[in-house]
Amino acid sequence: MNTILFIIQKEFKQIFRNKGMLPIIFVMPLIQLIILSNAATFDVKNIKFGYVNHDHTSTSRALIEKFNASTYFNVLTNFPSEKLASQAMLNGEVDVVLEIPSYFERDFQKEKRSALGVTINAIDGAAAGIENVYVTQIIQSFNKDLKVNVSQYGQKQNQPIQITTIPSFWYNKTLNYKTFMVPGILVLLVTMITLFLSGMNIVREKEIGTLEQINVTPIKKSQFIIGKLFPFLVLGLAILSVGLLIAKLVFNVPMVGSLLLMYFYTSIYILVVLGIGLFISNYTDTQQQAMFIAWFFMVIFILMSGLFTPIESMPKWAQTITDFNPIKYFVEVLRMVMLKGSGFVDILPQLLKTLVFAIIMNGLAVWSYKKTN
Amino acid sequence: MEKNKVIQVEGLTKNFGDFTAVNAITFDVKKGEIFGFLGANGAGKTTAMKMLIGISNPSSGKANVAGFDVQTEAEEIKKNIGYMSQKFALYDDLTVKENITFFGGIYGLSRKKIKEKSTLLIEELGLEKVANSLVGSLPLGWKQKISFSVSLIHDPKIVFLDEPTGGVDPITRRQFWELIYKAAHQGTTVFVTTHYMDEAEYCDRVSIMVNGKIEALDTPKKLKEQFNAEDMNDVFLKLARG
Amino acid sequence: MKRFIGFIKKEFYHIFRDRRSLFILFGMPIAQILLFGFAITNEINNVDIAILDHSKDATTKEIINKISASKYFSINQFIEKEKDIEIVFKKGKVKAVLNFEKDFSKNLIKENNANIQVITDATDPNTANTISNYVNAILQNYLKEQNKGVVQAYKIIPQTHMVYNPELKSVYMFVPGVMTIILMLVSAMMTSISITKEKELGTMEILLVSPLKPFQVIIGKVFPYIFLSIINAIIIIVLSIFIFKMPVQGSLILLGLESILFIITALALGILISTISATQQTAMMISLMGLMLPVILLSGFIFPITSMPLPLQVISNIIPAKWFIIIIKGIMLKGVGLEFIWKETLILLGMTVFFIGLSVKKYKIRLE
Repeated sequence: MNTILFIIQKEFKQIFRNKGMLPIIFVMPLIQLIILSNAATFDVKNIKFGYVNHDHTSTSRALIEKFNASTYFNVLTNFPSEKLASQAMLNGEVDVVLEIPSYFERDFQKEKRSALGVTINAIDGAAAGIENVYVTQIIQSFNKDLKVNVSQYGQKQNQPIQITTIPSFWYNKTLNYKTFMVPGILVLLVTMITLFLSGMNIVREKEIGTLEQINVTPIKKSQFIIGKLFPFLVLGLAILSVGLLIAKLVFNVPMVGSLLLMYFYTSIYILVVLGIGLFISNYTDTQQQAMFIAWFFMVIFILMSGLFTPIESMPKWAQTITDFNPIKYFVEVLRMVMLKGSGFVDILPQLLKTLVFAIIMNGLAVWSYKKTN
Repeated sequence: MEKNKVIQVEGLTKNFGDFTAVNAITFDVKKGEIFGFLGANGAGKTTAMKMLIGISNPSSGKANVAGFDVQTEAEEIKKNIGYMSQKFALYDDLTVKENITFFGGIYGLSRKKIKEKSTLLIEELGLEKVANSLVGSLPLGWKQKISFSVSLIHDPKIVFLDEPTGGVDPITRRQFWELIYKAAHQGTTVFVTTHYMDEAEYCDRVSIMVNGKIEALDTPKKLKEQFNAEDMNDVFLKLARG
Repeated sequence: MKRFIGFIKKEFYHIFRDRRSLFILFGMPIAQILLFGFAITNEINNVDIAILDHSKDATTKEIINKISASKYFSINQFIEKEKDIEIVFKKGKVKAVLNFEKDFSKNLIKENNANIQVITDATDPNTANTISNYVNAILQNYLKEQNKGVVQAYKIIPQTHMVYNPELKSVYMFVPGVMTIILMLVSAMMTSISITKEKELGTMEILLVSPLKPFQVIIGKVFPYIFLSIINAIIIIVLSIFIFKMPVQGSLILLGLESILFIITALALGILISTISATQQTAMMISLMGLMLPVILLSGFIFPITSMPLPLQVISNIIPAKWFIIIIKGIMLKGVGLEFIWKETLILLGMTVFFIGLSVKKYKIRLE
């Protein structure tokens, strides 16, 4: 036990003495949390909108006015021809083009229906889908207005049936994207810092030769690994704490659940990450190699974590892979506990799996640390 | 094991693939002796030493250090030996005191004992002024001395020194050997590799390794007689040239 | 010149001797492209929902069948009371609950209107919103069938063309992004580390006192990475064309040239990082922590830049990845030529010159 304390003491001293690294460990992640949480939004706003109007009538102008009034559509450009409009789309100056044909009003009055051309830049398929929904909504509401105008003449009987859906968004009534992303980015930062630092740690001692000096001492392998784990665990929890503070103070993210539970789960999770880091560190010969491997897994873990894109949408085989991704569980748990107030029993499945990972990874870390070769 | 033999080596061999770095060496070291382990660069000295201190497994052969087998009881050996590597291996970003404390702690010394020891060591080396300076800022000669003291912190029975005086000036080398004598005088067995032949003269007995084999082993005096040489340098050149 | 070629050869040996890194260097783009292409999409599919049906009549059954038949939803469970909603949400699997009001059929017949409450777990607002919209769409379809005989009022029908990506495939969005991330990080990280390593080990001084000129040393160090990055770019493009059927509407040669330009920009950034960091550790943390998230988040790779707050839109302009993504999308999906992307190309070129200029300046200061 005593031996472990000496290692912990030494690691802390080294961390706090490295003036070049301190800002990278503490300041950079927090700045990123503050800035990038604003960037991570799937909201589609400020849509670059243009139109071609071949029908210069009051109806067509009323329709354009409707788009103008909407908060989603930002830049309204009037293009004299389709050709110029599609040129602008190629240039990336406009993403949605509305095309009002000639005789739009006449057709509408005569045949009670008329067509409208909508062209959407669909390279970002998801955004295009949403843009389409907005366009449709505006046109539907325009239809409704017209219906009201003509309903004086309409027949009362034989009305169509209707089902009204009442949407109700729980835990995040205003659909604030930051509430969703802040915990997610916090997860990333805690994970990246602890993984990279632990991944470089042992291999660094290998490179500078101090590991050999330690290998000739009677220290037990498990003592050594535990001594290495602990400081980074504290570091990870410190970053979590500052991150939570920022989440609360800067972003006003609700914290419904138990803080204690969050810290308890995070501690186990960080052990998993550190186990992976130390395992990589033992397995590699240079820091460069270690970082490269750590980075490789990090990118895959991030993308497969459900952080940015929903896991349910993945094909079955990919969902199976995500079962082995510790980041996925951390993202789930942090969001569940913070935003929904899930309790111990609710997160028990994630907790148990994370615990199993922690045991396996740290077992591997101890096993792969070879004092003799 | 004979009581006064703290290192006994028999047919110790290490292969790396096809290459035999250490080829069936056999020798023993007596308690309290300063044993010089000589050889040219690449002769296999460091590899042999790494097997004796339990961080490298022998391919074949036997070795017994401080009463324990290197194959099966490496961790027991580690409690009884000190080691100073040829590459400086203290933490540059810790102070002299912190390095001593850390290694003392790893060897399981109590805080009180560490405090006593570090005060004593710092006094002996005359390092009071730099005790709280980062090791990285000290000149190489000082670092080596600190390294040596750290390897003795747990009062080991045997201390292994791998080219301890590489790259330092003659005066510091002299001082370093005084430290070695002092340790030997206090009953520590010293196992030292070097390629400075003048240093070989300070040893009680020396072995000379050529291409993984021990080609000569005796007191410096007898070796000089045997090879009809002026000094150890001459002995070495005669051996190395075959 | 001969000396210089010898030096480049040495750099290649260094890289090819490290099998593990090499394996990752080439394994990574393949693994990432495949994962992205097959697994990662922000469309929703098979979302687990729960049903709270207070009426349990023929109509609600029909609607529930319709919903469970769609590929978007799978019904995870039926719950009996409002209180259970909270419980299923807290477990985390169920993302939405459809709450049918009492006497659903009756109301529909009597008053021509009935209510369904769509309760979504909006911790993920995007998914919540999409679920809400999809449920609505399914109900609209149902109503259209039911109202067949009824005369509809005036109607304007939008005819929507989704251009450049008619099937709304996410791959089209992700392939340019992954390519950018990989080229950026591999080039910037590997060069910054390999140069700082020479500094740390002291071998840089040896190289600098050799008859090689300093810029030859630097070019020699980055050359192998240009080569490796180009191979990576080729792998990615080939995979995206043959496995994901990404079109290349524009010129393949232009795409290649632009990729090389971007690789050089990233290498220049790597050189700059190496001039400001003393140890490998610092270089790595700067290139990993400093580049990874901004490149993922601020480049328009996953999140649309136009939706970001104005200050971030401004910041995104200094991210080289943003411009490269615009270029790739333009060439591959829109089929534009240089006349449409010369601006972006010039910006990348300018950034490259700036990074190199700054490195040279920093470098000189240190030598003096």
